[in-house]
Amino acid sequence: MRYLPHTDQDIKEMLAKTGYNSLDDLFPTIPKSYRVKKEMCLPKPLTEWELNAHMAELSSKNASTSSHKVFIGAGSYPHHIPSIIPYLISRSEFMTAYTPYQPEISQGTLQGIYEFQTMITELLGTEVATASHYDCGTALSEALMIALRKKKKQNKVAISSLVHPHHRQIVKTYLEPAGYQMVELPSKPDGTTDLSPLDTMDDIAAVAVQSPNFFGCIENLGKVKEIATKKNIFFITSFTEALAYGLLKNPGHFGVDIVAGEGQSFGIAQSFGGPGLGIMTSSKQYVRDLPGRLVGRTKDRRGEDGFVLTLSTREQHIKREKASSNICSNNGLNAMTAAMYMATLGKVGIRKIAQINHDKAMFLKTKLEETGFKVPFATPFFNEFVVKAPDGFEAKRESVKKRGIVAGLAIEKYYPTLKNHYLFCATEVFSKDDIEMLARELK
Amino acid sequence: MEEHIANTCRGGVQKCHNTHQTATSGLIFKESFLWGKSREGRCAVSIPAQDVEESLLDPELTADAPELPQLSEMDVVRHYTRLSQWNFGVDSGMYPLGSCTMKYNPKTNEVQAARPGFSGAHPLLDEDLCQGALEMIYNLEQYLAEITGMEAVTLQPAAGAHGELAGMLAIHAYHAKTGHQRSKIIIPDTAHGTNPASATLCGYESINIHSGEDGILTPEAVAAVMDEETAGIMITNPNTLGLFEESIKEIADIVHAKGGLVYGDGANMNAIMGIVKPGDLGIDVIHLNLHKTFSTPHGGGGPGSGPIAVVKALEPFLPVPRVEKKDDRYTLVYDKPDSMGRMLTFHGHFSILVRAYSYILTMGAKGLTDVSKLAVLNANYIKESLRGDLHLPYDRPCMHECVFTDKFQADNGVSTLDMAKRIMDYGFHPPTVYFPLVVHGAIMIEPTETESKETIDQFIGAFKSIVQEAKENPEILKSAPHLAKLSRLDEVSAARKPVLRG
Amino acid sequence: MKELNELNLPEDLKYSDDHEWARVDGDIVTIGIDDYAQDQLGEVVFVEVPEVGDTFSKGDQFGTVESVKAVSEIYTPVSGEVVEANEALADAPELINNSPYKDGWIVKIKADDLSELDNLKDKASYFQMLKG
Repeated sequence: MRYLPHTDQDIKEMLAKTGYNSLDDLFPTIPKSYRVKKEMCLPKPLTEWELNAHMAELSSKNASTSSHKVFIGAGSYPHHIPSIIPYLISRSEFMTAYTPYQPEISQGTLQGIYEFQTMITELLGTEVATASHYDCGTALSEALMIALRKKKKQNKVAISSLVHPHHRQIVKTYLEPAGYQMVELPSKPDGTTDLSPLDTMDDIAAVAVQSPNFFGCIENLGKVKEIATKKNIFFITSFTEALAYGLLKNPGHFGVDIVAGEGQSFGIAQSFGGPGLGIMTSSKQYVRDLPGRLVGRTKDRRGEDGFVLTLSTREQHIKREKASSNICSNNGLNAMTAAMYMATLGKVGIRKIAQINHDKAMFLKTKLEETGFKVPFATPFFNEFVVKAPDGFEAKRESVKKRGIVAGLAIEKYYPTLKNHYLFCATEVFSKDDIEMLARELK
Repeated sequence: MEEHIANTCRGGVQKCHNTHQTATSGLIFKESFLWGKSREGRCAVSIPAQDVEESLLDPELTADAPELPQLSEMDVVRHYTRLSQWNFGVDSGMYPLGSCTMKYNPKTNEVQAARPGFSGAHPLLDEDLCQGALEMIYNLEQYLAEITGMEAVTLQPAAGAHGELAGMLAIHAYHAKTGHQRSKIIIPDTAHGTNPASATLCGYESINIHSGEDGILTPEAVAAVMDEETAGIMITNPNTLGLFEESIKEIADIVHAKGGLVYGDGANMNAIMGIVKPGDLGIDVIHLNLHKTFSTPHGGGGPGSGPIAVVKALEPFLPVPRVEKKDDRYTLVYDKPDSMGRMLTFHGHFSILVRAYSYILTMGAKGLTDVSKLAVLNANYIKESLRGDLHLPYDRPCMHECVFTDKFQADNGVSTLDMAKRIMDYGFHPPTVYFPLVVHGAIMIEPTETESKETIDQFIGAFKSIVQEAKENPEILKSAPHLAKLSRLDEVSAARKPVLRG
Repeated sequence: MKELNELNLPEDLKYSDDHEWARVDGDIVTIGIDDYAQDQLGEVVFVEVPEVGDTFSKGDQFGTVESVKAVSEIYTPVSGEVVEANEALADAPELINNSPYKDGWIVKIKADDLSELDNLKDKASYFQMLKG
C-alpha cells in the first residue's frame, strides 16, 4: 500500500523494540471478546487508475456548471474562479497544515487569515471578523445565541421568513434544545420583511434579516436598525451572496450589531453545497462574545512583527462548559480562498463583476417577462429574483433539462402559497447568448 | 556541514545535533500586507465581457466599492507563495500532534474532489441531475456504518465539534421522544476538550468524573453518578491519554440500565479500524473526524467533516434530508418527523466527503486495518524508545499516541514548551503540549501510520538530543526556536490590546 | 512563581478561600484578587467587571480574570449592590499583577450584611491554608 511505508523488516525491528510478537498482539488492552471476528465488509481496494475511472463515472452523473447552464442561486452561486486561486490554495503548506497553534512556523496561515479578517471588515463595514465559521446558517445561529446570552432576560429572537429556509431550519435546530424560541416575521407583498409585528413583541433579544433576502430582494436595513434601536435589541443581518456588497451599501453602513454571511461566492467551488464559508463579523464591543478563532497582530522576542491566535480564553478548550460555542475546526482554508479572491478582484474588479451580475440578472428578468413570466415583487434585487411562471412551465422545465438547462428553482416547497413561483439567478458566468437561449427554449 | 548550520543560526549558539536535524534555514522572504503592495488601478482578474446593457441600481442602495487591495496577478501569486513558505505542513515534515492525526493527505483525493461533476454541482439540483453525488453520499454512509458497526450515518456535520453537537442533539431528541428530558451528562476528565461545550449547547449540565490512577475510567465512578436525570455519558475511546477504555462495555451497561445513552467521541477511531467496532461496545452514537482518520487535509484549521454514526434506535433523530435508495435511484427524504432538524445549509462538506470516500476505496478493509495496526506500532515504538529520556505518566500499552511529561527536565528549568519550541529547529512540528489537562506538562505524540521508521528514528534522535541539551545547555531550549521565521511571540500583548485588522 | 513566603498579604485585609481579598470601609466592601491568585494566573490580559447597580448574593460569580491560557472566576464574599467597578482595568488589566491591592481593585459593593464577611480569613489563617 503506497501510503504505508513499513517494510517487513521495519515491522520486525519495531515489534522487537516494543516487545510484541506480531501486529495482532499490539492491542493487549482490548479485551479479546471485543475484537472483531471477521474483516470489514468494504469494496476491494482500487488502484489509483481504477479509482479515477470510478470517480469519473460517478461525477458524470451530476449536472455541473461545465455540462449545464444552471440558473439557480439560492445560497450557492456559480461564479468564475480565476485560475490562480485553486493553484495557490493547493500549496500544501497551506492545505496540509494544522490550526496555527505554533505561530513561529505558521505565519503563512496567520497572516493570510489576518488579511481575510481585514478585508471582510472592509467589505461589510464592520470592525472585527472571526477566522471563519462553517457556513452562513451555522454562523447565523451562533450570532443569535450571542444576542440571547447578552440579553439574559429574553429567550426569543425574531427572524425574517425571508431568511434562507435552510438557515431558519438550522437556527431552530440550534436554539430549541437550549430552551430558546424563534418567531418568524412574515413577508410583505413587495417581497421584503414585514417588520410591523415587532411593535408588539416585548420579549425578544434580536431581530435577524437577510439582505438580499431569499427572494433576492434588497431589504430596508435602515428601517430594521431604527426598530432595533428603539427596542434595544440586537440587529443581526445575514447574506448568502457576498458579491452583492461590491455594489450595495454594506450592513455596517446601517449600524448592524452582528453580521453572519456566506462567502462561497468568493472563489469557492459550489461542490454540491460544501464546504462553504461562514463569515461572522461585528462591531468591536462584541469581540469577546464571538465564537471561533481570531488572529491578532503582535511582536516576537526579536521585535519582528508577527501574528498569533488570540483571545482564545473565549474558546471551548479553556472555558469548557462555559464556552459560548463548541466550534473548533472552522473553514479556514476557504477563508484563505476568499481572501485570495478579494485580493485578485481588488477594488476595481469587485465593483465591475458585481455590476455585471446585476446587469445579467436584469437582462434575464426582461427576457423572462417577454416569455410570459410575471415578476411579483417590485423591490430591487442584486442577481436573483422570483418569477411566477406561465401555465405549462413545469413540463417545459423538464424538457429543457435534457438540453442542459436548469431553469430556476421551484420555491413552493418553502413557501406553500407561492405555487408556480421560481427563483432565478444570473451571474457573470452566463453570456447574453446563454440567457437568450434559455428564453428561446422556454417560449 | 555542521559548522555551516551553526553559522546560519541566529546568535551562533543554536547548533543542533546534526544527524537528527532535518531542517536548516533557507531563504525566507519578507512580504508586506496585501494592501502594502496595492497601486491604484491594478486588477488581477479577467473582467467578463459586458455583452448586455448596464443597468444601474437606485443610488440610494449602492455605495462606493470596498477598498480592497489593487494588485496584478503576479503580485497575488508571489504574495501567497511567500506566505505559504512561512508555514509547516504534513507535506513539509513529520507533524506528530497528539489527538490531531496529521497523517499524509493523498493527492489523488484532491484530484477526485476537483472533478467538475463534483466541484461544479449545485446543491439544489433536481434529484435526477445529481444522482452521482447522492450515490457517493449513500455509499460513504454505508462504509462508515460498516467501519463503526453502527446502523445509520449522517454526513451533514461540518467538523468534529459539530458532529459532537449533532450526537448530543440526537440524544436530546431521543429523551424528549421516549421518556422525559434529562438535565445532566457525564464527562470524564480524559474526554476531548470540546465535549463539555457541546453538552452545554443542548442544555445539559456537565458532570465531570475522574479517571482511575491508571488513566482508565472505572465502572464504579460512572455508577456513582449515573441516575435517571442523566442523559448519558460522553466517552472518548481510545481516550485522550491514548489508552483504550477497557471497561467500556460495563460502563455502557450501567448507563443503559438507567435509560441513558453512550456518546462515543470517535476522534481516535484511527487506532481501532478493523480491530474493534464501537457498535459492538455498547456505544449508541459516535462521531468521526474525516480530517483525522480518513486522511482529508486540515487546511490550516479546516474545513473538516464530522459525520455521526448511530444505532437503530437513534436513526429517526438524524438530520434531514436523508439519502435513500429506491430501485437503483437515490432520493432525498425530508419526511422524518422526529429528526433533530438541519445541521448545515446543504449536504455536509461534500468535497471533503469525496476525499474520504476515495481514501476508503483506495485502502479497502485490510488496508484500513493495517492503518490502525501501524499507527499503534509507531506510537508504541516511540514510547519504548523515549522511555527513560522523558517521564511516562501512564506506563501501559498505548494505542495510536503516547503521552510523556517534562518532569525529568524540570530540575534544569526546562519546560514542555521549551522542548516543543526546540524541536522545530530539528525540522519537526512539535507534538501536542499541555493536553490532556489531567497530565501536568503533557507532551502528546501521535506519529500516525504514514511516517516511516527512518523518519521516526530521526524524531526520536532529535528528542534525545534535546533531552541532552536540557541538561547541558538549557538556555538553548528556552530561547528556541532559532531557525523558524520568528522567535516566540508575545501573546500577552496580543490579548491585552487586540489588533485584529490592518 | 513566587514562594509562599514571598507573597505580599497585607495585615488589614480579609481573604477568601477562593483567593479574593476584601477591605471594609463603612458599609462599602472593596474586593480584588490577592497576590497568590495573580501570581498563579500569570500575566492578566482581561478583567470582566460587573456593571454599577448589579446586585449579587454572597458566593455569586461577579466577574472573571483572564490570562492568555486560563480564565479564573471571581466570587463575591458578600451580598449587595455594585456601587463602583474599576474601569481602569479595561485598558490596563496588568494592574491586577502590578498592584493587586491598590490600583488593581476590581469592585466596590455596598454590603447588605457585613457579618457575612465574618468567615473570611485573616492573614495568618489564610497563609496557614495556603501552606496546606
